[in-house]
Amino acid sequence: MTERTISRSADAAAAAAAEAARAEAPAASEPETLVQPPPPVRRIVVDHAPTIVGPPADGATAPWPHPAHSGPAANGRSTVSNGKAADKAVVPAMERMRCEGVGISYAGKPAVRDVHLPVAQGEVLALIGPSGCGKTTLLRSLNRLTELTDSAERTGAILLDGEDIDTLEVTHLRRRVSMVFQQPNPFPMSVFDNVAYALREQGSRKPSKAELHAEVVDAITRAGLSDEIVANLDHPALRLSGGQQQRLCIARAIATRPEVLLLDEPCSALDPISTTIIEDLILRLREEVAVVIVTHNLQQARRIADRVGFMYLGELVEYGTADQVFEAPVHERTRSYISGAFG
Amino acid sequence: MATTTPPTPSAAPVRPATPLPPRRTPTVKAKTAPKDSWRTWPLRDRAGLALCWAAGIFFCLVAASIVLYMLYKGVTQLSLDLLVSSPESSQDQTKSGGILDPILGTLILTTIGIALAAPLGVTVALWLTEYGRPRWLARAVEISVEIIAGTPSIVLAIFGLIVFSQDFLSFLSFEATGGGVFGRSFFIAGAVMSLIALPLVVGATREALQSIPGHVREASYALGKTKAATIRRVLLPAIRPGIATGSVLGMGRIVGDTAIVIVLLGATVQLEAYGDTPVLGTLRGTGSTLTSYVYQNSPAGEGGSPDKAYAAAFVLLLIVLALNFSVDLIAAGGRRSRGGLSDRGKA
Repeated sequence: MTERTISRSADAAAAAAAEAARAEAPAASEPETLVQPPPPVRRIVVDHAPTIVGPPADGATAPWPHPAHSGPAANGRSTVSNGKAADKAVVPAMERMRCEGVGISYAGKPAVRDVHLPVAQGEVLALIGPSGCGKTTLLRSLNRLTELTDSAERTGAILLDGEDIDTLEVTHLRRRVSMVFQQPNPFPMSVFDNVAYALREQGSRKPSKAELHAEVVDAITRAGLSDEIVANLDHPALRLSGGQQQRLCIARAIATRPEVLLLDEPCSALDPISTTIIEDLILRLREEVAVVIVTHNLQQARRIADRVGFMYLGELVEYGTADQVFEAPVHERTRSYISGAFG
Repeated sequence: MATTTPPTPSAAPVRPATPLPPRRTPTVKAKTAPKDSWRTWPLRDRAGLALCWAAGIFFCLVAASIVLYMLYKGVTQLSLDLLVSSPESSQDQTKSGGILDPILGTLILTTIGIALAAPLGVTVALWLTEYGRPRWLARAVEISVEIIAGTPSIVLAIFGLIVFSQDFLSFLSFEATGGGVFGRSFFIAGAVMSLIALPLVVGATREALQSIPGHVREASYALGKTKAATIRRVLLPAIRPGIATGSVLGMGRIVGDTAIVIVLLGATVQLEAYGDTPVLGTLRGTGSTLTSYVYQNSPAGEGGSPDKAYAAAFVLLLIVLALNFSVDLIAAGGRRSRGGLSDRGKA
């Protein structure tokens, strides 16, 4: 538990610093290409001077520079910037996860091949690509959910704050890298118990409701659920609307203050209004957590992503900033997918 | 920061307006194409349709006549006195007492049976659905449950008599004069009764577990929970209506079974306790249930008190109907509370 406490306070400090910096110069780091006034928060400002790393020749396959990590407590402080789009302002972001040559196969049939990918806090990383290209498989491998499938085999390494996730206890890993699914899936219990379940140790009923109340309300508020729901925490979660259920699932997932939040098409079962609300929420959440979202919806990726990885037939074909991938894709496949030629 | 502004057009290109599909003009009903009607069907199909109607109505009539006849008999024979007095062995119907002991026997036996079957059945179903490895063992367990479900209860009863007559199991019943284990008691009948309820509990619990989509379990794992915690805190609460349904169905089977009572409970006229310990003595002793009472007092058995047999049968029918009705209530309640936890979008 000690490492959790330390990283939590570190997160809180980073968030506070970001808050202060935002108050001073909210639009300082805005790219000039935006004509319209940008959403209130586009870039996180961290409490560190950014370490700018030169762009690798090919962002998708070149070996990524290792951040110097000494242990979990000091992790996440190093900043990595992928300066692929030279015209864009350099985004200081804390790298949280990194895939190094990740390959996943189901019963010998490869679903993901040799993916190199960094995941940074302060950014939304969107994985796009046609159905069956391995996006979700890659996402699920980040918190080792692929292990639930007997036939799945993974090669390569995935690092969380510099540690190989295979060396971590899986339940600890999943508390640090949590996930929200396509279908809203609250558990059949009250709103409070849904969030408290995430906070409690395994199957125990301790700590008590009173002790957890503040943390539960905090998580629900951060997930943008309305005051009525906070006032009525005993309401059965399954009686909420679909959009509220999905936000409750996000509240549940961020309750333990994870470092990375994985979203597997979180809006595909929702109506447009709920989708907008969830998208705004994701934009706000990226300040405190690294967000990876799998989406089939290119407009959605365009709206919320800072970085985009395009996958095709299990390979990460293109990776770069959202502007670059959508406006000046390097690869022919990406271009035709984005223009709607296939997929 | 908290203000949520809509995404800006540049950052969020407006979705291209896809042209709506051409609206369908309502088709004018053509007089030459009348609605499909059985009148136009060939004779064979019309006969089939008539048969379907007849079968449905026939079974309504059967059910109604059973309930109405038993109601008539029951109401004329049933009295409070009958319900609260113990039966006496007498060939004279006016002196043969009431049906208190069979009612108590039914309640005790059902309680023992379901108290054994419910936990065992839920455990089996959990293992089958959530673990089920190695596969050959899972298949073997499935087949075993099916075999138990298909075995006639009289066969189970005879088998139980052999098993429970072993010397080391004498604590479940008592030693008869001559030293042999009697092998008949509430404990023993209840244990064998649990076998006939078990497949129903297993079936209903498995069905409830299978109706929980896989991504709900994964959501729990993704919060860093172990499988054990997931089963205890997510799955078991969700399948409670399923367990209740299976248990009530199982109770219905136990209440209605006769063979096991006659072979393994002794089917004595009154509850006959063994020894002086109040509860334990009764449970180690013999007794009867409503089913065995009806059997023995009807003309099919010794035929001592046919009118009281009808009254007992009516009580039995009421119990079984109440159990079936509560299954419907539980299922409806489960659907309401489960809401979104359906099978849709199973990952």
